[in-house]
Amino acid sequence: MTHSTKAFYWMAVPALVLFVTLHTVPVVTGMFFSLTDYAGYGKWNFVGLQNYLSLFKDDRVLASYGFTFLFAITATVIVNVLALGVAMLLNAKIKFQTAFRGLFFIPNVLAILVIGYVFNFIFSNSLPLLGQSLGIDWLSTSILANKDLAWLGIVAVSAWQSIAFSVILYLAGLQTIPAELYEAAGLDGASYWRQFSSITFPMIGAFFTINMVLALKGFMQAFDQIVALTGGGPGTSTESVSMVIFRGGFQGGEFGYQMANSVVYLLVIVAVSLIQLRTLQRKEADF
Amino acid sequence: MTTTETAASARTVPDTRGLRRRGRLSDGVNWPLTALAAVLALTVLIPLYLTVVTALKTPDQLGGSGFELPTRVRLQNFSDAWNLTNFPRALLNSAIVTVGAVVLTILSNSLVAYAIARNLHKRFFKFLYYFFVAALFVPFPIIMLPATKETALLGLDNPVGLFLLYTVYGLSFNVFVYTAFIRSIPRELEEAATMDGASTWGIFRRIIFPLLTPMNATVGILTCLWAWNDFLLPLVILSDPATRTLPLAQYVFQSQFNTNYTVAFASYLMALAPLLLVYLFAQRWVISGVMRGSIK
Repeated sequence: MTHSTKAFYWMAVPALVLFVTLHTVPVVTGMFFSLTDYAGYGKWNFVGLQNYLSLFKDDRVLASYGFTFLFAITATVIVNVLALGVAMLLNAKIKFQTAFRGLFFIPNVLAILVIGYVFNFIFSNSLPLLGQSLGIDWLSTSILANKDLAWLGIVAVSAWQSIAFSVILYLAGLQTIPAELYEAAGLDGASYWRQFSSITFPMIGAFFTINMVLALKGFMQAFDQIVALTGGGPGTSTESVSMVIFRGGFQGGEFGYQMANSVVYLLVIVAVSLIQLRTLQRKEADF
Repeated sequence: MTTTETAASARTVPDTRGLRRRGRLSDGVNWPLTALAAVLALTVLIPLYLTVVTALKTPDQLGGSGFELPTRVRLQNFSDAWNLTNFPRALLNSAIVTVGAVVLTILSNSLVAYAIARNLHKRFFKFLYYFFVAALFVPFPIIMLPATKETALLGLDNPVGLFLLYTVYGLSFNVFVYTAFIRSIPRELEEAATMDGASTWGIFRRIIFPLLTPMNATVGILTCLWAWNDFLLPLVILSDPATRTLPLAQYVFQSQFNTNYTVAFASYLMALAPLLLVYLFAQRWVISGVMRGSIK
């Protein structure tokens, strides 16, 4: 082994050891315990696939997947539509462009847990008052206390916080489009909508893919904002998968069972991300 | 002569005007869009305004929508919140975790990425690359339960363990962006340095690491935002209440004193303020840093 190869190994091996210890070992032990009835303490027995079978009959777990998907898909669509709009706005010739960019990124530097608490106050106190004075029935009481509407509050806060990040990524994309394309299209008499659908959107296809995948993956792991807004309630109507794993695993003595849930959750996230990547990238090529 | 000149200028005047009107994309400020941006900015500013005014009120001024200005300012909310959340301690803990995570992440992750980027033709390093990057898909809740057990077992259920975890869990993404960047650095620089007798470590320290400055800024900013604001990882890892970070202190405080809105908002404001202030001074770098991370 030459001197330099030796040095390269020394550069990589400590990180590998740390990574295996703190990432791979937990993943593997977790997978192992998903096959046991381990409560998180005391003795455990090997139960095979029992946990996995029970998962599919567990209403609370199934409901948490339903909520997580509903929430994550809605939030992803809303965030991407609005973020693309805001990014185009911030890329246009507006006054104070840099200041606006700085301002719109603020939500992303704030802790979502704390932001959630602030919005909790708005949803519980300010909005019902507005609803009452306008005579809007569903807004007259806190939407967070409403079993059917609470998830929308969570979508709103999550979107408020994460639009900023998508905006920045879309702005990066918009800046890769040469201005001559628009000039040529303008001379040819293309409408603004035509310019958007034929130039802007195809040119930022890769950024659209990244944003969609990152947003969906991020929202599928929602936890902080739910803790701050509803705590999973009313009832268990806004419990996300992360929350069920956390509660069952740490407080409910369901370590083994929730590890089985985690493994299923991992497979779901990987599958969703890969499907999304493949379909979006195929679309990208079509333009 | 004069007639043709005036005729020519008469013809060009409306032309330029037309160009200017059509050329909204290239020249001049678009005021309607500026107004739209200003209106949209309110969605960011109003919640922040609400946080500030509520933090300054007395409890009896809380009625109404909450957006009214305080009639009498009560600064005592801040000292109450300061004591109830043990603010200085939480601030120090957050600072330790964040600084530790940022420094260790930049130093270690760039080093691994360098070794990988220059040896991708070798099987071991190629394996390492895919092994690390594959972890991008592993969501944190999967590791949460066993990692908590393991860190407790290793005596890492404290801020030091926490920043080690941020360093390890950020590795996937960081190796990905660092490797792409390092591969764009021409090898001739290193070959020349080797001729002059520099070691591989020396090359990393004197040539590669300085060249990585823009990438280091990106990775540093993203790690900082993550470690400072994170809630779930400190919630499950930290065992001693004295080691609480800022978001965790808000959580405990909220669940114990949730009726006292004015003090709670003072506490929220104090938790949000440090990063907000840093951001106001460094926003240009933060935004360009995040943008750079996305292009690679």
